[in-house]
Amino acid sequence: MKFLAARRRSPIVASSLLILALGATGAVYAAVASVQPAVAAVGAQTQVEDGKKLYLEGCSSCHGMQGQGAGTGPTLIGVGAASVDFQVSSGRMPLAAPGAQAVAKDPSYTPEEVAALSAYVASLAPGPAIPTAEQLDFADADVAEGGVLYRVNCAQCHQAAGQGGALTQGKYAPSLMEATPKEMYEAMITGPQSMPVFADSTLPEQDKKAIMAYITAMQEASSPGGLSLGRLGPVTEGLFVWTAVAAALVGAAVWIGIKAR
Amino acid sequence: MSTKAPAVPGSSPVDKAGGAAATFVDQRLGSNRFLARNLGKVFPDHWSFMLGEIVLYSFIVILLTGTYLTLFFKPSMVEVVYDGSYVPLKGVQMSEAYASTLDISFDVRGGLLIRQMHHWAALIFVAAMAVHAFRVFFTGAYRKPREFNWLVGVVLLTLALAAGFTGYSLPDDLLSGTGLQIIRGILQAIPVVGTWAAFLVFGGEYPGTDIISRLYSAHILLVPGLILAMVTVHLIMVWTQKHTQFPGPGRTNDNVVGYPLMPVYMAKAGGFFFVVFGIIALIGGLATINPIWIFGPYTPDQVTAGTQPDWYIGWLDGALRLMPNVESVVFGYTISWNVFIPSVVIPGILFTGMALYPFIEAWVTGDKREHNLLERPRNAPVRTGIGVMAIVFYGLLWIGGGNDLIATAFNLSINSISWTLRISLIVLPPIAFYVTKRICLGLQRRDREKLLHGYESGRILRLPHGEFIEVHEPLTVKEKAVIMSKVDHAPLPLPEKADADGVRNKWYRVKRLQSRLSGFFYGANIPRPTDAEIEAAQHHAGQDAALEAPLHAYEDADQIQAFHGGVLHHPGMPATNAEQASGSPSGH
Ligand code: HEC
Ligand code: HEC
Ligand code: HEM
Repeated sequence: MKFLAARRRSPIVASSLLILALGATGAVYAAVASVQPAVAAVGAQTQVEDGKKLYLEGCSSCHGMQGQGAGTGPTLIGVGAASVDFQVSSGRMPLAAPGAQAVAKDPSYTPEEVAALSAYVASLAPGPAIPTAEQLDFADADVAEGGVLYRVNCAQCHQAAGQGGALTQGKYAPSLMEATPKEMYEAMITGPQSMPVFADSTLPEQDKKAIMAYITAMQEASSPGGLSLGRLGPVTEGLFVWTAVAAALVGAAVWIGIKAR
Repeated sequence: MSTKAPAVPGSSPVDKAGGAAATFVDQRLGSNRFLARNLGKVFPDHWSFMLGEIVLYSFIVILLTGTYLTLFFKPSMVEVVYDGSYVPLKGVQMSEAYASTLDISFDVRGGLLIRQMHHWAALIFVAAMAVHAFRVFFTGAYRKPREFNWLVGVVLLTLALAAGFTGYSLPDDLLSGTGLQIIRGILQAIPVVGTWAAFLVFGGEYPGTDIISRLYSAHILLVPGLILAMVTVHLIMVWTQKHTQFPGPGRTNDNVVGYPLMPVYMAKAGGFFFVVFGIIALIGGLATINPIWIFGPYTPDQVTAGTQPDWYIGWLDGALRLMPNVESVVFGYTISWNVFIPSVVIPGILFTGMALYPFIEAWVTGDKREHNLLERPRNAPVRTGIGVMAIVFYGLLWIGGGNDLIATAFNLSINSISWTLRISLIVLPPIAFYVTKRICLGLQRRDREKLLHGYESGRILRLPHGEFIEVHEPLTVKEKAVIMSKVDHAPLPLPEKADADGVRNKWYRVKRLQSRLSGFFYGANIPRPTDAEIEAAQHHAGQDAALEAPLHAYEDADQIQAFHGGVLHHPGMPATNAEQASGSPSGH
């Protein structure tokens, strides 16, 4: 469980995994369906009920009473648990203020509540599920292959070094330097906002794992050339030349000019 | 010009050392006359005259580090599979050029340091060149007889951009490949010959297999060779025409005041070389530049957000980004104004304007005199205004080149940035011109005041009969000389329509235009006070001072000192060439 060990420090991941595990246990019970079918069903049922309550309080004003969508928000029917999990645990939802794009902030719901909301939205219609631990395990993936896939599929928006980039009308692709594997996976399968959906038909699971491995490698990469200057390329390099370096050189010229005698 | 310096003069230790060195060399090479003439030559002193040296020294660093890189770089587009020590690219298909750049970065001893020094030095080279050109422009150093050297400078600037761009394109990484793709688009946008020209340059379809090796020979042979030749011409011209100097006591249009080349100037220049080299080495070792391993190898199906060229091409990229999307179809051919105007027409106009500026100004002002004394920027408000206007225009295009990064850094919409910049490009440069001109005129007015009345000391004196006066301090000798350097030009007179015999003046319209332009150039200038006015004013100031004198006669005694039209060689002060020629006795 090297992967779990590495990720244990993230409370969101840890607790959602816990809930996943609980859910999976429930599902196993339900499948076996002989000993205490009623209990398992009630567990899942209460989660959906809790989710519905939370939903009606916090989301229905924009997404409609049945998740069918309203003037201010799109329909959530069929977006799946992964989308809710991504949007709510990253703090994008509930939307704080209308703007070019929902902004990630501190989440307003606990992991249990997020799980309940996800379960509720998933109960409306089938959609992409929250990725399993197995799907998030990229230990065997090929980093270099991931790099190629990343540059083909993601770099045009998220920049080659994953620093993010601007899109039109104030929209932007965020930096990936803080993204967790779960966020990466969920972003790929749900395509939040301007990001396209990378379904398994276009980007098989193995490729997704390779991309996650590459992004993670970039997050952890040191900077062999010294100061990284934000890994933003020529613009910050030019800025550096015209500020720090220019000051040093002109300072030296003035100094030598003064030291005349 | 009286700048012959047959002997190394002076009694200071520095001068003696120079003499000794000259004697040492002379006794071995018998090159007495040549060296005496040249090593004793006086070079004026000002920190901004070091800017040209920064250019020269960073160029030397570029040549040295570039030579090292050629030992390992392979200018080939043959596809290979990477098997070096950078893990995230292991097993990836790439061109040999890119693979060898990775090898230089990760597997050649000192390779990354040298690569980074080379690239940083290139950025510094062009930046220093730009600042050097500003210095030359704003001080009017390009005026007769130095117009040709200005032209050589413009050619050097163009060559430097070419050197930088060809170098940037060599590693065949994602950024450089995208840059080349844009160049191809620009070539294709040239009406009529575009497509053909693109095929010629790239040897067929893009990217093809030729372009890297072609760029390579341009980058390491053709362009540096031309730069070297032009730099030589440039420096020979500085040498033979003598360097200009800033106005100051004892400095005239016909002398050069400064330090002898040997040893003072040589020591300074030599020391400065090591300072520049050191700074570049430090940055090369401490700060990443162009981390091509992050961008990945170029393939035409990939592109990254935040693709930008190096800073000196940024303004062209900005022009491309800001240009509205206009195309027209003529005889079934599409003409892409959206590419052609920003990338061919605008730089064409800017560079041509820059090259011709000295000649245009000379024509407008009708000024045919030689100028060896620099003009203070405030004394040429229109020139200074034009310079600031050009810088603002350039700066806005430059900002446009980074519009996407500005959008993400400051949470703005890229579209509103573009529109703001488009409008600013039309509105701001004229405003910059006007404001600069007003500031210059204000400074001229203040100079005039100072010359007439001296400084306002802030001390109020009450006279015996009850009147209050403010005491004015006289200017220092140096300040006075600097302000007095202002030359008042009269605008050209309006031409006659016909001469005395009634023959029509064929050039009437042209001459009238010239006269109007020169009126624009000089018209608003504040005239320097005449000697009579100064005399009268000083008489007045003298009275003030006399009234106050008893109060502090002792502590101020040596500061109140009249200006006697030029200070000659004090011990330890720089000597003029004229003085050297007239020969102070010691030294030989
Ligand atoms: C203020 C209005 C508002 C509120 C409150 C709100 N949302 Fe949203 N939501 C939006 C809008 C608008 C979008 C579309 C955002 C976009 O794509 O830029 C959206 C998008 C979403 C999506 C993505 C839909 C998709 O197509 O993948 C999910 C999931 C979602 N919201 C869940 C929630 C949940 C759960 C809550 C309650 C915790 C919530 N939202 C509260 C306005 C709101
Ligand atoms: C068309 C542009 C585009 C492409 C291509 C794209 N993304 Fe995104 N991506 C976005 C945008 C826009 C967002 C922000 C969505 C939001 O705020 O809801 C985003 C968000 C993300 C996030 C969430 C980041 C965070 O901090 O919460 C991840 C992870 C992500 N993308 C990964 C990827 C990966 C991996 C790929 C390639 C397979 C990819 N993206 C391709 C535009 C893009
Ligand atoms: C490879 C690029 C260049 C090098 C190595 C270079 C070097 C120098 C040096 C060392 C000097 C004397 C010191 C000084 O005045 O700073 C000088 C003077 C001069 N340079 Fe350059 N320069 C370069 C580019 C340019 C450019 C781009 C221009 C303008 C377009 C220019 C115009 C001039 C002029 C007119 C002088 C004479 C100045 C005077 O006498 O006051 N040079 N150059």
